[in-house]
Amino acid sequence: MLQFLVRRLIVAILVAATVMTLAFILTRLSGDLAISIAGPNATQADVEAVRKAYGLDRPLTVQFFDWVGRAATGDLGESYFFKTKVSKLIGERMPITITLGLTGLVIALLVSLPLGILAAVRENTALDRVVQMVALLGQAMPSFWLGLILMITLGLQLGWLPISGTGSWQHYVMPGIVLAFSAIPALTRLTRAGMIQAMGSDYIRTARAKGLSRASILLKHALRNAAIPVVAIAAVQLGFMLGGSIVIEQVFALHGVGFLAWESIGKNDFPVVQAVVLVLAVIYVALTMVADLMNAVLDPRLRGP
Amino acid sequence: MSVVSVTAGPKRGWKSVSTWIGAVIVGIALICAIFTPLLVPHDPFAQDLSKRLLPPFWMAGTNPDYILGTDQLGRDYLSRLIWGCRISMLIGVTVTVVSALIGITIGVLGGFLGGRVDDAVLFAITTRLSIPPVLVALAVAGLLGSSMTLLVLTLGLLLWDRFAVVARSTTMQVRNLDFVAAAWCAGCSRFRILAGEVLPNIASHLVVVATLEIALAILLEAALSFLGLGVPPPLPSWGLMIAEAKDYMFFSPWVIVIPGVALFVLVLGINLLGDGLRDLFGARTDP
Repeated sequence: MLQFLVRRLIVAILVAATVMTLAFILTRLSGDLAISIAGPNATQADVEAVRKAYGLDRPLTVQFFDWVGRAATGDLGESYFFKTKVSKLIGERMPITITLGLTGLVIALLVSLPLGILAAVRENTALDRVVQMVALLGQAMPSFWLGLILMITLGLQLGWLPISGTGSWQHYVMPGIVLAFSAIPALTRLTRAGMIQAMGSDYIRTARAKGLSRASILLKHALRNAAIPVVAIAAVQLGFMLGGSIVIEQVFALHGVGFLAWESIGKNDFPVVQAVVLVLAVIYVALTMVADLMNAVLDPRLRGP
Repeated sequence: MSVVSVTAGPKRGWKSVSTWIGAVIVGIALICAIFTPLLVPHDPFAQDLSKRLLPPFWMAGTNPDYILGTDQLGRDYLSRLIWGCRISMLIGVTVTVVSALIGITIGVLGGFLGGRVDDAVLFAITTRLSIPPVLVALAVAGLLGSSMTLLVLTLGLLLWDRFAVVARSTTMQVRNLDFVAAAWCAGCSRFRILAGEVLPNIASHLVVVATLEIALAILLEAALSFLGLGVPPPLPSWGLMIAEAKDYMFFSPWVIVIPGVALFVLVLGINLLGDGLRDLFGARTDP
């Protein structure tokens, strides 16, 4: 178990290091950053001043290791536009993105688990096909468009939910539903497949032979086994959702980390952009580690000798 | 993770209605994409401010010349929709070609050679999955400016993971089969075995992945164009059409409903066709 953990941790650190390198290269793609920061009306002297002030006159390798060295100690640099620490900016915005991600995940699970169980219990019936169709429809739904349609229907026409902003918990319902759509197809299919597999296994036959009630067999015996991969994938899906929330934060004007990145891209504020890429990647890697751990804890067979 | 088997449903492959629906949708989209200039009733770029926001045929005050109405600059919505189909299909297919080249090469090498190479391949896949594609694609477009070529290259470089995963796992299965052993015994070179024995046997799985990737690339392109950093205006990408029409959506919802439904139906069609092909080939697309 310890060996397993250490190996996963080493891979995680290597991934983070690679993402840092890629994020650094990414933000240097445009050529001379000083010119883009100084703006279109800057004189040559302004550009030189900017270059000196931000340390862009140093060789690229020095800039890179400076960034890596600082990031390793939690210092992600300073934003050019907001003139504050990037770590502080991200820290302020992260709760909104995390709230959105968790809302989306909870909604996705509330929809996927019952749907998947229903489809598995009624395998190859019309109900099963309807559930699979729902999963397909969800997969084809453009999230930003669904967001706009919900704003028109639930927001404007029915007046049930606020259209944009972050004032109350109601503000997270619509974006949460939209974000959930990205995870519902995968989670539903996985629940269905897991339940079908579990229902066909020997221990379910034993439970039936013992004369246990149908509900007990389904929820206590089958679901517990089917849930292992679902829980693990749910953690990974949360990682994808946090990374993909940039579009939804933009649609609903939620000022989370995705929105911050979006603003910063428009302002050439590259310390923020590279930091957000790094932070989201680290969160994703951490979540996949959690998923692997959960798998190992819940299913002793995966732990190996 | 447990292996998800393809359940023996009542109707699969070409016997299934949904596969046919998918094939018809994709067929229509292909015709629209290839014969675009012949099909558009008006110039999709011609503005006419005297004919702004004409409603589509099912609403009052419609103009029979403009079946789906006009946008905020008086451009024919149907023509822009057909042109947008060309953009979606073009981006979907080209992105998939780029990502397939990268992903299949990486995946087949990892699965075939194993050992250290495979460790490196797995590491590359993990790293790729940890990078949020929308954010990076937006950053690239923001820094380098938006263009079709750049968009295709960026998305191609970001979406190869599923190809790699599937190519790797299927290659591993094929590698140990008897006919590969026979080819080794016959003295075939590594390249000959890869190109002649392995690739043809994993191709069906890769075709199914390709359909999923085309659908994903189309959705991502629309999202990026919607955010203003995908296809540059005045090209009528569906995502861009939705973004431009957004200001009018509360008064005339059809302006976003039409391109959105087109996008949804096209992606659904590609997925339906892909599912049908998967059942037909008995292929697996989950890692």
